[in-house]
Amino acid sequence: MATRRSAAKTTAPKDAAPGEVPSFTRDEELVAYREMLLIRRFEEKAGQMYGMGLIGGFCHLYIGQEAVVVGMQMAMKTGDQVITGYRDHGHMLATGMDSKGVMAELTGRRGGYSRGKGGSMHMFSIEKQFFGGHGIVGAQVSLGTGLGFANHYRDNGAVSVTYFGDGAANQGQVYESFNMAELWKLPVVYVIENNKYAMGTAVTRASAQTDFSKRGTSFNIPGEQVDGMDVRAVRAAGARALDFARSGKGPYILEMQTYRYRGHSMSDPAKYRSKEEVQKMRTEHDPIEQVRNRLLEGKFATEEDLKKIDAEIRDIVNEAADFATHDPEPDVSELYTDILR
Amino acid sequence: MPIDVLMPALSPTMEKGNLAKWVKKEGDTVKSGDVIAEIETDKATMEVEAVDEGILGKILVPEGTQDVAVNTPIAVILAEGEDANAAPAPQQKAAESAPPAAQPSPVAAAAPAQQAAVPSAVANPPHVESQPDPEVPAGTEMVTMTVREALRDAMAEEMRRDGDVFVMGEEVAEYQGAYKITQGLLQEFGAKRVVDTPITEHGFAGMGVGAAMAGLKPIVEFMTFNFAMQAIDHIINSAAKTLYMSGGQVHCSIVFRGPNGAAARVGAQHSQDYTAWYSQIPGLKVVAPYTAADAKGLLKAAIRDANPVIFLENEILYGHSFEVPKLDDYVLPIGKARVARKGKDVTLVAWSIGMTYALKAAEELSKQGIEAEVIDLRTIRPMDVPTIIESVKKTGRCVTVEEGWPQSGVGAEIVAQLMQKAFDYLDAPVLRVTGKDVPMPYAANLEKLALPSVAEVIEAVKAVTYR
Repeated sequence: MATRRSAAKTTAPKDAAPGEVPSFTRDEELVAYREMLLIRRFEEKAGQMYGMGLIGGFCHLYIGQEAVVVGMQMAMKTGDQVITGYRDHGHMLATGMDSKGVMAELTGRRGGYSRGKGGSMHMFSIEKQFFGGHGIVGAQVSLGTGLGFANHYRDNGAVSVTYFGDGAANQGQVYESFNMAELWKLPVVYVIENNKYAMGTAVTRASAQTDFSKRGTSFNIPGEQVDGMDVRAVRAAGARALDFARSGKGPYILEMQTYRYRGHSMSDPAKYRSKEEVQKMRTEHDPIEQVRNRLLEGKFATEEDLKKIDAEIRDIVNEAADFATHDPEPDVSELYTDILR
Repeated sequence: MPIDVLMPALSPTMEKGNLAKWVKKEGDTVKSGDVIAEIETDKATMEVEAVDEGILGKILVPEGTQDVAVNTPIAVILAEGEDANAAPAPQQKAAESAPPAAQPSPVAAAAPAQQAAVPSAVANPPHVESQPDPEVPAGTEMVTMTVREALRDAMAEEMRRDGDVFVMGEEVAEYQGAYKITQGLLQEFGAKRVVDTPITEHGFAGMGVGAAMAGLKPIVEFMTFNFAMQAIDHIINSAAKTLYMSGGQVHCSIVFRGPNGAAARVGAQHSQDYTAWYSQIPGLKVVAPYTAADAKGLLKAAIRDANPVIFLENEILYGHSFEVPKLDDYVLPIGKARVARKGKDVTLVAWSIGMTYALKAAEELSKQGIEAEVIDLRTIRPMDVPTIIESVKKTGRCVTVEEGWPQSGVGAEIVAQLMQKAFDYLDAPVLRVTGKDVPMPYAANLEKLALPSVAEVIEAVKAVTYR
């Protein structure tokens, strides 16, 4: 029987310097493995359910990028906020949001996080400090800066972790936000998930400066490039950035070099890149395989142990899919609720 | 247990596709994520990835097959030791709710059978009751003040009352406000709560909304609403829709305020009236006061409101003086119109600076024996339609007055409401007096022509009263 999970959380070493990849303990490797595998299996199932017509509209899968949110979440503290764009299922699961509620939102059912009224791109959880799920590219950067403003105003010690992609990084409001965040030393970590393609446009065709860690240079915001396929590197960089922002020094930029295996959305056949490129990333850099290999090589776990975890994750995902398939649609009276409070 | 692999849909509208190629053969080991086949539609060719692990036991639809319906089993995946020729694989649980082959629409598959019987009648929107103005106790001292002072006092009072309220915008602090609405606030509340922003409307509007999502109560001042066009995405997409999209979880208590509409001789880009724009958006409240008392009472209400409120001021009215009751806490209900002048012959509906034309016209008309009832709408959304209808029941005639453009304007909405709800009471068509359908010209004579005039209001009233 699958049980509800809590968010991944471990203590990150604070002495890791940029470029160093500190090793994980057995427990940390196992936490990372479980969390990433949950996102992978959840997204595979979501893709399958989309194919069956159970999920409508847009559906942007996170497969391949799992190490980014899981590594960041492992470095965060309770009270830190998360906000992101429309490729958001992984972020929600990483914060510990219930996979049933997320999947039921994807199918537009009453048990979904937004009671079926938000959909794949619009879910929130005050409990888990997850502030969406935003469909307008780049909008979450100003909003996330506002979350940081609120932390600063209240002096509550929390940091806003604001995710956006290499495509959003070219939006004007990003730089308006960078300017204000540095000007007022707001506690914000900007996580740029560079998955190499903004929909079908490669970064080299859209960006004059493809080193996204330098995008804050003219505002004096420090930044670093991180191997976003290695969950250990992500957590170490996340810990550095969060410490910096939390200590009152202002915002910090992390460029996570990552890769999405699937198309931009379900209807994208991804003809703008070669099969070899995708295959190379999958075989040589897969974030989950990396952890799996370390677990086996380090004798932290046996094949049997991992099979057991795989089965548990499949149960959670199947239970979520089952719930999301059979939960009723919202009552028609919901049409006119939640417009004003 | 054997698992069926189903023909997937590539888009919400896809019903069938061609099985172009099998990448895996029968007997091959399959891991989740492996590409097993390619399917094509008129739009694209896509790879089918396995979700489950095992052995590709049997291919049910050979490659080259055309027009395979979505959700048709195309292959069977077996676990170790299972036999492909055993009983047909049971459909996966999720597939059970899918429709039979004769009903191939994937959209239909989204609705389980028990929900098929959706009532044909769309649910009605809830009826919103608006509250009357609180009684001003007899003997209350009335103070003469400008709209500018009333707005400043409203913000100062609410900032004293609630530490979560802060004001941000261009030149609101050290400069004391581009139009001096925030005069003295920096001195009383400090730089933390009176925040000068860079000239970045898009960015600081979004930041304000983010702060509101986190529970603060920002007052975002736009130097004028013309510049809020840079920020309108955050006002509508981020502020107005979030409560709905979050199923009621996340609300935005935020006020966007500043002067709206034409000032004088500032040309087309600095003279636009956005009342109708914001008035169309569910999730927003839109307030446009005329008097200083209303400005004060409604701004205090807007700051306390749990929803995003668009508070439309008018630069020309800032210096106008009115009587304001001297009360500790003068808060007015949003969504309630005010009958500014009683009359029996015609109803004039106006708000904000439109009231100046309506009231002057009413005075002139009175000298000519026509008594106009003037309704100050005060709030545009939610609109107090019942108060307009009550008046029209008495007068049988109505003229709307606004500086905004005619097409799809607020007047057009009032006309439509009266057609639907008060047709039988009307003795004449409802007329609109509006700004002209042109960008605002600079030349003094042309600008005057582009705006409504008292003479136009009088002319419209005479037309509907057949005089």
